[in-house]
Amino acid sequence: MRSTPSDYELIAPGKLQTVMSLLAEEPGKWLPIAGGTDVMVQYAAGKLPARKLVSIWNLPELRSIEILPDEIRIGAGCTYTELREHDVISRELPLLASAAQWTGGIANQNRGTLGGNIVNASPAADSLPALLAYEAELILVSVRGERRLPYLAFHTGYKKMQLAPDELIRAICLRRTFSGYLHYARKVGARNAQAISKVCVAALGRLRDGAIGGAIEDVRIALGSVAPVPIRLTELERMLKGQSVDPDLVRLAKRMAAAAIHPIDDIRSTAKYRAAVAGNLVAEFIEQLGPNCVKMERPHE
Amino acid sequence: MTHSSENRGKCELSFTVNDKPETVRVYPMERLLDVLHHELGLTGTKEGCGEGECGSCSVLMNGQLVNSCLVPALQAAGANLATIEGLADGLQLNALQTAFLECGGAQCGICTPGMILASCRLLNKKPDPTLEDIREGLSGNLCRCTGYMQIFDAVTQAARSRRNPA
Repeated sequence: MRSTPSDYELIAPGKLQTVMSLLAEEPGKWLPIAGGTDVMVQYAAGKLPARKLVSIWNLPELRSIEILPDEIRIGAGCTYTELREHDVISRELPLLASAAQWTGGIANQNRGTLGGNIVNASPAADSLPALLAYEAELILVSVRGERRLPYLAFHTGYKKMQLAPDELIRAICLRRTFSGYLHYARKVGARNAQAISKVCVAALGRLRDGAIGGAIEDVRIALGSVAPVPIRLTELERMLKGQSVDPDLVRLAKRMAAAAIHPIDDIRSTAKYRAAVAGNLVAEFIEQLGPNCVKMERPHE
Repeated sequence: MTHSSENRGKCELSFTVNDKPETVRVYPMERLLDVLHHELGLTGTKEGCGEGECGSCSVLMNGQLVNSCLVPALQAAGANLATIEGLADGLQLNALQTAFLECGGAQCGICTPGMILASCRLLNKKPDPTLEDIREGLSGNLCRCTGYMQIFDAVTQAARSRRNPA
C-alpha cells in the first residue's frame, strides 16, 4: 500500500544546528532524510514508521571532502558520485571508489550518500566492507557535542547501531596510509549494475618490505551480505599474518573464510552459494598477494 | 519556499521546469514524479517500479540525473528541472529523440523518456562516449523490449550527429 503524502511532515531547515536541535527536542520523532534512495523506497511501500522527516540533503556542513595531512574526512552527506569522481579518494581509497561505482546506477549514485548507507545499515551495502577494511572512524554529532568512534564498533546487530536518537553522522574519517597495499574489491550480483550484492568483498594486504614472495605483514578482509552486519574476518587475518603465500595457505584461507561467515538464504541467493563464493573470492585475493600475482596496485606511487 | 503555519499542510514550492518558472502548492512529501504529472500535467516522465530500480522516471535536477519517484517535492524547491517535454523544439525533435526513432531504440515507450534523459546527461558529460561509457551511463535504466542494442546504437548515432550537425 502506497503512503499518503498528507500523513507526513517534511521540513528542510537548511542548517545542521537546527536539525540537531530538532532531534534533541523530540528524540526519535524525526527521521533525517538525505537523498531518499532508501527512505523514499520504504515510503513508497507504505513501510515508513516515521511521520516527521527532516531533510539533511545538501546541508553544507555534511557535504565537504577534506583532505588533511594524515586523513581524508568525508562529509556524511557526500554522494557516491562525489566519492567516485574524487581524485584523491580514487587514488588512495580505491576500495571505496569501487564500491561507490557499484552502488545502484547513475541516478542513485547522484542521490545516495555515504552517511545514509551507514545508517540504513543494510548487511548488503557495498561501501561498508571498504570502511571496515580501511578501519574508518565516524564523527557523530549532536547538540551535546561530537564523539568519534571506530566504524567497526558502530553496527552491533542487524539494523542496530551505536547512534543516539539525537545524533547524526557528520563525517567518515579514513587514514592515508594505504600506499603499498594490494587493494582487492569484488562484488558478485545478478547483473553488473543496479544489483544488490550476493557477496561483496573489500580486502587489503601488504607484504613485508613489499617484496614479491615475502611474508604477509598486514591483511584486512571484510565481507558484505554474508552476516547480519558487514564483517571483518579477524581470525583468518591473524592466521595469515607472517605467512608466505603458497597453495596450501590459499586453500586454508578459503576454508576458514567459508566457515567464518553466517550467510542466509534469501531472494538474492542461498547460504550455500554465498559461502562458496566468499571462499573463492578470499582465495583469489590471497593468490593475488602471492608470488604469481599479476600486479600489485600501488595507489600512491 | 514557504511553509504554511501548520507544517503538516501543503507548502508552496517554486522551481524551474524546462526553463519555465513554476510554483506549485503540494505536500512536501509528494513525489516529484507526482508533482510533474498532477500539478504540471507533464506526463511524459513515466513511472515503472516506483522504487528507484528501473530509471523510467529519470529527470535532470540541476543537471544531475535523478529518479523522480525518490525525490520528495520539498527537496526540488529552487531546482532547475529538465524533463522529456523540454527536449524538442516545437515539432523539431532533438538529436537523441531522432536517433531513438531511427535506430528502433523505442518500442513500448515506458523506458524511453528515462533512457533519453540518461543519454542526455551522458552526452553532456562525454560528447564522444565509448560503448562502455554508454552501457554504464544507462545502467540504471531498464528496458524489457529492445535488448538494449538499438538503444546503444541510438546514443552512438546521436553523439555523432551532435558533434557533426548536418
